[in-house]
Amino acid sequence: MLKKRIIPSLLLKDGRMVKSVRFGNYRDTGDPVTAARIYDAQRADELIVLDITASREGRKTLFGIVSQMAEECFMPLCVGGGIRSIDDIQTLLRVGADKVSINTALIEIGGFLEEAAEKFGSSTIVASIDFLRHEDGTYEVFTHGGTKSTGKNPVDWAMEVAERGAGEIYLMSIDRDGTMEGLDIELIKQVADAVSVPVIAAGGVGSLEDFRLGMEDGGASAVSAASIFHFTDQSPIKARKYLADRGVDVRS
Amino acid sequence: MIAVIDYGLGNLRSIAKALEYVGADVCVTNDKNKIKSADKLILPGVGAFGDGINNLKKLGIIPVLEEEVLAKKKPIWGICLGMQLMAKKSEEFGFHDGLGWISAGVVSLAGGFNRRNLKIPHVGWNTVAFVREHPVISGLNKSEDFYFVHSFHAVPENPGLALGTCDYGGEFCACIANGNIFATQFHPEKSQGKGLKMLKNFVSM
Repeated sequence: MLKKRIIPSLLLKDGRMVKSVRFGNYRDTGDPVTAARIYDAQRADELIVLDITASREGRKTLFGIVSQMAEECFMPLCVGGGIRSIDDIQTLLRVGADKVSINTALIEIGGFLEEAAEKFGSSTIVASIDFLRHEDGTYEVFTHGGTKSTGKNPVDWAMEVAERGAGEIYLMSIDRDGTMEGLDIELIKQVADAVSVPVIAAGGVGSLEDFRLGMEDGGASAVSAASIFHFTDQSPIKARKYLADRGVDVRS
Repeated sequence: MIAVIDYGLGNLRSIAKALEYVGADVCVTNDKNKIKSADKLILPGVGAFGDGINNLKKLGIIPVLEEEVLAKKKPIWGICLGMQLMAKKSEEFGFHDGLGWISAGVVSLAGGFNRRNLKIPHVGWNTVAFVREHPVISGLNKSEDFYFVHSFHAVPENPGLALGTCDYGGEFCACIANGNIFATQFHPEKSQGKGLKMLKNFVSM
């Protein structure tokens, strides 16, 4: 049986690891390479690194960090943030990423997803979708780090990117990010039911039970989390044990 | 010296790093002389079958690889797409001829079974059951979890070639061992301790 995955996510800004709340209020959480080393020792199933550095110089820093992570982490590494060209993907894969996560460019650059999937294989391309639940209960996709509305419905958009060649979908709740109030199970389930590719659920994990809910009630193939690992004493090891004890098929 | 064949596709650096970590002397190359002088070879690969085989042809290294692998019986390990390229043919995005070192065809996971509305690609950690002994899996349990990421898989004509099988909506061949030819659909370089153990075994074989 394919195991459900526990995926720590690392947010990078100007070479440091940070943690946001609702895509703002960044708090420094330390050195990313050290964190990756610890997650490797704790046998995380995979790592997701998202860079929100805007400057060109900062991008070079990212390549250095990914390269250092790849030196000592023998698990899958997915890297995203600001990817806009085939060259960007090529560079990240060369420095040690196994997969790339693309968000804004999927909407802004027509044909980019298809081209990337054909060149690198669908399984290398993760479509990242940031969504917001409005006051009236409707959902909308946002790009540009959660700042630009698109008018798109996340379920429709997920189906479209899966159809166009994305190998996985990273589904992030903007309004739950960093709150530790639990995942948006309702939308996760809608998306997981609608698409034929694996869904990685993110945004809001505050307890080990949230991992189970995302995987079992939401139907996500993986749950990604950051705050719970940064700010509590929980770890991928404890999460794995919690899930295994409750009958969820995780890696032994 | 272990030569990781560079044909423009795949996570070459990850594989080289993992091999170095277990103490191997590694070069990432498509130079014919280096391929000839290496003790062992790794054929890596992430990407599409058609690109893979075309790149190997363009580099003009298929004759030297065949000389080393088929005539001189140099140990080689095909990883993921590398495993699939060793087959006779693939049906990924049209039909392509492979290297033909293993009597096998490459088919889609979706077309093969997909009974329980499985998610494709098959991404993540899954259990491989080993069906016989082999030096590369020395010290491992009868079943171990490894990291997979693929949409196609190789089906050997002789099921006896399979060293390990995996279940994803149906059983498929996850590992082949046939003389000097070794191949895994999963990624040892991304499978932490157990994957590194296999690489270490291969290096010291």
